[in-house]
Amino acid sequence: MSGNGPAERGGFVLLEDGSRFDGALVAGADSPIAGEVVFNTAMTGYQESVTDPSYAGQIIVFTYPLIGNYGVSAAAMESDSAHARGVIMRDAKNSEDAASAEGGWLDWLRDCGVAAISGVDTRSLVRHIRDKGAMRGGIFAAEMSAAEAHDRIVAEPSMEGADLASTVTPSEPIRFDGDGPHVVGIDTGIKLSIVRQLRQRDCRLTLLPCGSSAEQVLAEEPDLVFLANGPGDPAALDHVVETVRGVVGKKPVVGICLGHQLLCRAVGLETFKLPFGHRGANHPVKDLATGKIDITSQNHGFAVAGPNGEAKLETDEPIRWQTDFGEAELSHLNLYDRTVEGLILRDVPGATVQYHPEAGPGPHDARYLFDRFLTLAAEGSDA
Amino acid sequence: MPRRDDISKILLIGSGPIVIGQAAEFDYSGVQACKVLIEEGYEVVLVNSNPATIMTDPEFAHATYVEPLLPGPLTRIIERERPDALLPTLGGQTALNLAKALHDDGTLERFGVELIGADYEAIHRAEDREAFRQTVEGAGLRVPWSLIVESVGEAERALSEGELKLPAIVRPAFTLGGRGGGVGRTATELAQVVSEGLAASPINQVLVEESVIGWGEFELEVMRDRNDNVVIVCSIENIDPMGVHTGDSVTVAPAQTLTDGLYQELRDQAIQIIRAVGVETGGSNVQFAVNPETGEIVVIEMNPRVSRSSALASKATGFPIAKIAAKLAVGYALEEIPNDITAATPASFEPTIDYIVTKIPRFAFEKFPGADGELTTHMKSVGEVMAIGRTFRESFAKAMRSRELDAEVSLPEATADLLGLLETPSCDRFDLILEAFRRGVRIEEVGERTSIDPWFLRELQTLALDGDGTEGMRRTYRAVDTCAAEFEARTPYFYSAHERPGPGDAGEVDRGDRPSVVILGSGPNRIGQGIEFDYCCVHAAMTVRESGRDAVMINCNPETVSTDYDTSDRLYFEPLTEEDVLAVVEVEQPEGVIVQFGGQTPLKLARALEEHGVRLLGTPVDAIDLAEDRGRFGALLRRLGIAHPPYGTALSAEEAAVIAEQVGFPLLVRPSYVLGGRAMEICYSADDLAAYLGAHVKADQEHPLLLDRFLENAIEVDVDALADGSDVHVAGIMQHVEEAGVHSGDSACVLPPMSLGEEMLEEIRQTTRRIALELGVIGLINIQYAVAGGRLHVIEANPRASRTVPFVSKAIGAPLAKIACRLMLGERLADIELPDPSPSHVSVKEAVLPFARFAGADTVLGPEMKSTGEVMGIATDFPTAFGKAQSAAGVSLPESGTVFITVTDTDKPAATQIAARFHDLGFKLLATGGTAQAISAMGVPVKAINKIGEGSPHVVDYIRDGEVDLVINTPTGSGARSDGYEIRTAAARHGVACVTTMTGASAASRAIVAQREAPADVRSLQELHGAKSRESVSG
Repeated sequence: MSGNGPAERGGFVLLEDGSRFDGALVAGADSPIAGEVVFNTAMTGYQESVTDPSYAGQIIVFTYPLIGNYGVSAAAMESDSAHARGVIMRDAKNSEDAASAEGGWLDWLRDCGVAAISGVDTRSLVRHIRDKGAMRGGIFAAEMSAAEAHDRIVAEPSMEGADLASTVTPSEPIRFDGDGPHVVGIDTGIKLSIVRQLRQRDCRLTLLPCGSSAEQVLAEEPDLVFLANGPGDPAALDHVVETVRGVVGKKPVVGICLGHQLLCRAVGLETFKLPFGHRGANHPVKDLATGKIDITSQNHGFAVAGPNGEAKLETDEPIRWQTDFGEAELSHLNLYDRTVEGLILRDVPGATVQYHPEAGPGPHDARYLFDRFLTLAAEGSDA
Repeated sequence: MPRRDDISKILLIGSGPIVIGQAAEFDYSGVQACKVLIEEGYEVVLVNSNPATIMTDPEFAHATYVEPLLPGPLTRIIERERPDALLPTLGGQTALNLAKALHDDGTLERFGVELIGADYEAIHRAEDREAFRQTVEGAGLRVPWSLIVESVGEAERALSEGELKLPAIVRPAFTLGGRGGGVGRTATELAQVVSEGLAASPINQVLVEESVIGWGEFELEVMRDRNDNVVIVCSIENIDPMGVHTGDSVTVAPAQTLTDGLYQELRDQAIQIIRAVGVETGGSNVQFAVNPETGEIVVIEMNPRVSRSSALASKATGFPIAKIAAKLAVGYALEEIPNDITAATPASFEPTIDYIVTKIPRFAFEKFPGADGELTTHMKSVGEVMAIGRTFRESFAKAMRSRELDAEVSLPEATADLLGLLETPSCDRFDLILEAFRRGVRIEEVGERTSIDPWFLRELQTLALDGDGTEGMRRTYRAVDTCAAEFEARTPYFYSAHERPGPGDAGEVDRGDRPSVVILGSGPNRIGQGIEFDYCCVHAAMTVRESGRDAVMINCNPETVSTDYDTSDRLYFEPLTEEDVLAVVEVEQPEGVIVQFGGQTPLKLARALEEHGVRLLGTPVDAIDLAEDRGRFGALLRRLGIAHPPYGTALSAEEAAVIAEQVGFPLLVRPSYVLGGRAMEICYSADDLAAYLGAHVKADQEHPLLLDRFLENAIEVDVDALADGSDVHVAGIMQHVEEAGVHSGDSACVLPPMSLGEEMLEEIRQTTRRIALELGVIGLINIQYAVAGGRLHVIEANPRASRTVPFVSKAIGAPLAKIACRLMLGERLADIELPDPSPSHVSVKEAVLPFARFAGADTVLGPEMKSTGEVMGIATDFPTAFGKAQSAAGVSLPESGTVFITVTDTDKPAATQIAARFHDLGFKLLATGGTAQAISAMGVPVKAINKIGEGSPHVVDYIRDGEVDLVINTPTGSGARSDGYEIRTAAARHGVACVTTMTGASAASRAIVAQREAPADVRSLQELHGAKSRESVSG
């Protein structure tokens, strides 16, 4: 296949329920890989997704069939390396010669050690996951027996209860200068697009390892504490939740994605696993304060439950309910499945969203949210 | 406050006749809007001059006016109907312009009509070049720079001051078709082109514009609601870079070569633009050019309405833009509108797709000898196909085979010549590129000549060398679901995809237990096979559904109503080839397949389908064969004792000469292997025949030449009839306004016939019955007759739905295609209520011709069909109906002024009569030599002017100077550079009405009298046909 490098080898995707989808290995898989198989419906931004630390431990099925069309470039990195374990594609391209490319997609995947399979009937695979729920699976060379492949899959720990944040957090604090408010992030795997949004707003930014204590966070004298996105089950991150609990009420706290879930858990709310998650760039989210709908970038497998533990909220009102830290108000709602997309804490300074206002990849509709977050910093310092 | 309760009656304007650049997509969008508004409980008044549309079916509106789309008739309709609101955004540029005119002349204000769906100022900001530039720049975005220059020195100064950058495009002001323009790549070249441009411009002015030729071209379909929520429905990438009109470009959806960063930047800009322009509710199309090297973006244009691209985007994603736009216009917000396809989610989202859509335009240059085949910024295609596939190659290959080309693309033997051809965009460009790759040409070599993105070239190279990648794969059917399978699809809209065998083998079609009927559509619109056939297919689908069976549609034309997922129970967006159709039949296991309604496209497949054991409904295949085979059909007519013009078939040029003498001149000659009147000509002598054979056509064993005696001065008659195998109902008899010799599709026709006696009409009815029964027709049959010397001759019979079915249906108030479909499903004529076939009003159909698009092509009408669309005029008398049809077709007959007449010798007696009539009406007369002599010999004052060869000022000068208001010119033979050609071309260019037959001239003079007497009355179809049925009840 021209432009796609070395000749392809036969391979297959196996799911833990035994479903098998054949394809051709186009990168990696010299040693087989397994992990949670999730699908992403965005039509652009493959490199951003693979380098998003929130995908750590996962295998991404791209629903868009042509992946790799414009190669790879430094500008599209969401962290300094690839985090997804594998990618499953219908028709992968290398496209090292695209105008904006600094390298070929498949070449890059190989260099990063990401397993990649192409020629897979991804739509059938996605429909299967949609109907049966996200599950573990793996990418294997054709020579491997299905039984052995299955053993590898079940040996892989389940996503529920998995603390993956610790695998992607920095070992030392990372500091960026700025003239604006001091934002201290608990780095559970922050995306560079978030860093860029904060820095564009002149923030001084400190990213702390996610094992930091509340005292360590407060010692940084933050104007705003930022809870980052990241991989895994929020319920497995009690140590981070504990830290957050020690900060709420003392400093304004904001969060995105996993950070949203962690703040919610810190104030006593529950999280639960979605059947197959939200991963894409087209989910409508309504801002209940303004009535405006943003088309959002999403990447999460868990969500925050409503006031009575319910997954779906049949309301368009900014309802409030009690938490351990006073009232929480529903600020954002997903119009696809009516799950919680954002909360504001009414009695202590705090606000979070489940989706990705920083985009990268995806629409820029919600970038104004960073300004809203930063007003909390200003209000916090006034108080 | 979702639905607006303060308005109850809404006026909707259609887009009029199918013309290049404005086609069936506006029937699709208009039908969606009508359905939505009626569902929402509004009273709908619809105006459209095009009878071949579904939207003008009386059931789609409360009052349907088939009237010219001009301010006069519209004002009268508004005055009668008093609508509360006017929705102008669903009928293309025609509707938008008309709404503007009605606003500007105060009509809307006078009658208290509110414009909904678009605001007047917003339309202005989007449509006015300068206002748009200011709006876009005000939003901080960039349009290509441009400046007006009146001297070479000025251009040089602007260049040195950096105001002008190279390369730059130079366009002379006020020249047509871009004459005298060019590209300046260097300072010297710029000076040269500017100097030439200034000379070509009558006002010594040129526009110098930034050149974005070769940049990537992208379109985004945007929707906005009253809450200022905006969604992007789809992105479209033109494989042909900037420089080729998007309607003529091969395009794909979604965009393939944009990084997420660049795509989001375009998305942001599109949203900024719709806000800045101020389109408060509805859809818009925004076009961008992107520099492939730098990522720099410029905004090219915006359409504040639904468009051809929005129809494509709707079909490509399953997101029904026109339907949603209509709901937004009456007050809903996007979040209040459910997504039909998922039923679970709202319309306030962005579709995401898991396939690739390819659109390829369909051209008709072969119909216009002399026309320039280069693709430019001026649209020239007449139709398009769309295909869906899971890979680019699969999608592109499907689209290529969906085109149904009449002839194979001619490929130069020398590869150097092939590469040379690639430098100019043409309709064959992609066939040439694939051939180049097959011959081993490198990607870079093609890239240098075409500026096509290397991504596409690599895919095309792989397609050329390795095929479409479906080999060894399994064909399955996948749903178009707007969401890449994230939610379950409720709407059965499918495409075929080839995948590796596995858990997806069963596909996604759930056909249920009900019997189904497959209807084969008509493929891309082209000249000779247009929207009329889609109209019939849609009626078939409605009828099959009403019968309790599932209607299954197969078609590949994204413009149409037939490919709306609402039209059938299951839609397969697939090419109409034997293999693709049989594969659907395999999945569907239908009760039968209908091939009668989609024109030649499905008929060509009939035999093969039958051979594969597929049951065809209605007229048996053999009857089609019998009617098409000249020998068999001739024998049938002779057996029935029915006259036909003498004919013969020649297998060589020598034989043709012999047969020509036997049959007798004049002769209508054509090759047997082409359809739709291609390469058909009338030869008056052996020399003509020799010239014809030399110029166009070979005659040999494989390519027999058909020679028919051409009946001069005959009246041509078209008949549409219904038959059930034992009974026949003659539904409509139409008399052509032009004499025989003009293709029936190009001829104006009138129903009921204006000059045939009852005896002849009865003979026509009886003959039609006998032929239909003899052929065994079940469904529709169309027969063309010529009445010459008081004798009826059969020209041809087509046992299928004809182009005139929608016109006749509207003229008589009965849905012929639906009735035909019921017959095909087993009902009998005796059980069906049929209308009285003698309506109380006169209906005229007029053809609309695309000559203005094809600089250089002759505008004379002949046996080869050239029209793209049709209009209908309805009145109580023929002259008024003819006048309405003319003005609806864009030919405004003058009420006073000057008539120029030049005719052949045989037409001179008739011409003097007509000249006298125009003189009596107060017109001044101009004529060339012989014609002037003949007219003045009758005592009518006429000014003789020069033929072109006689020197200036000659006739073309007069036309150019605006001194002629009507041209009457009968051709002395067509072909390049004859006087007649120059005259007709000049008339077409300068918008002067031009009549090329004597009967047409006579009708025109009568229409002028009628329109001078009083403005024509307007009546809705519901009134016309309702009134008639009331009469028949009381009588």
